[in-house]
Amino acid sequence: MHSFGYRANAVVTLAVTILAMMCSMASLSDNFNVPSPTAEVKVLNINWFQKQANGNDEVSLTVNISADLSSLFTWNTKQVFVFVAAEYETPQNALNQVSLWDGIIPSKDHAKFWIHTTNKYRLIDQGSNLRGKEFNLTLHWHVMPKTGKTFADKIVMTGYRLPEEYR
Amino acid sequence: MIWKGLMCFAGSESPVVVVLTGSMEPGFKRGDILFLHMNKDPIRAGEIVVYNVDGRDIPIVHRVIKVHERKDTRDVYILTKVKKIQNAPIPLLFLCLQQTNRHLIESSGDNNPVDDISLYPQGQFWLERHHIIGRAVGYLPHVGWVTIIMTEKPIIKYLLIGALGLLVLSSKE
Repeated sequence: MHSFGYRANAVVTLAVTILAMMCSMASLSDNFNVPSPTAEVKVLNINWFQKQANGNDEVSLTVNISADLSSLFTWNTKQVFVFVAAEYETPQNALNQVSLWDGIIPSKDHAKFWIHTTNKYRLIDQGSNLRGKEFNLTLHWHVMPKTGKTFADKIVMTGYRLPEEYR
Repeated sequence: MIWKGLMCFAGSESPVVVVLTGSMEPGFKRGDILFLHMNKDPIRAGEIVVYNVDGRDIPIVHRVIKVHERKDTRDVYILTKVKKIQNAPIPLLFLCLQQTNRHLIESSGDNNPVDDISLYPQGQFWLERHHIIGRAVGYLPHVGWVTIIMTEKPIIKYLLIGALGLLVLSSKE
């Protein structure tokens, strides 16, 4: 019972167990953080709004996104993945969520930001339902930890509307 | 035994997977381990999902960027962003969770500025719920390197097995 092999096995098992416990405690400590982020998205311009050859509507927008997500960062945070999605309903689909822009915030210093951009991903409907459509813009964030559980939440901003006619 | 318990708990056939490529950096690097979980909750944009497409044996981990959920059949279209993964050990049993909703989903890799359409088979533009193996709910950094090394340099696997075999043979009890 005292050979090198047994001792090495016992030490390694203990080390791995302790490491796993430390990682889960680190992850649990994230639960004590109560975040209070703020965000605002303004649609500055509808660049164009067309019906494609396959019958699907597509719209291109320029938006201004400003947010303060610094309260999401804890010592166990590696980065925060943030994205803005347009959400709307159509007669065929109960929910459509289309991501317009996403970004990665690597540290707390970058968490208060302001960006002026056209949509990174194309906003294409399944069908031709977008004329005059009311939609919400939701800012979602995923807090990716150094180790452990990912936390995600969002802020919903309502009251946006697409134009009645193509342009 | 623990692996089977983990499969039941996570509701997925591959509850722990290893990240193979760098397409999700700086979030997940090559060699990280992801914990997966699958339940009946609808798939929503921003979630990191693991999916199989026909014709590819290695599942892919991506982030969902578009969701279209049908009213009647609850189809969901998904599009995702990239990250390639590999199963940690090889599961023997398949624990299925019957999906009554169908979601169409589009995905993309955090490090890739475009969506994954090029990874889907010809003619497929969306992912559906039955393609999804699980959602990534947590992760451990760097622990998956052992699996990567053993897969990419099988000689190490044989060396390890040989050494373990020698240890067993040479132990006194």
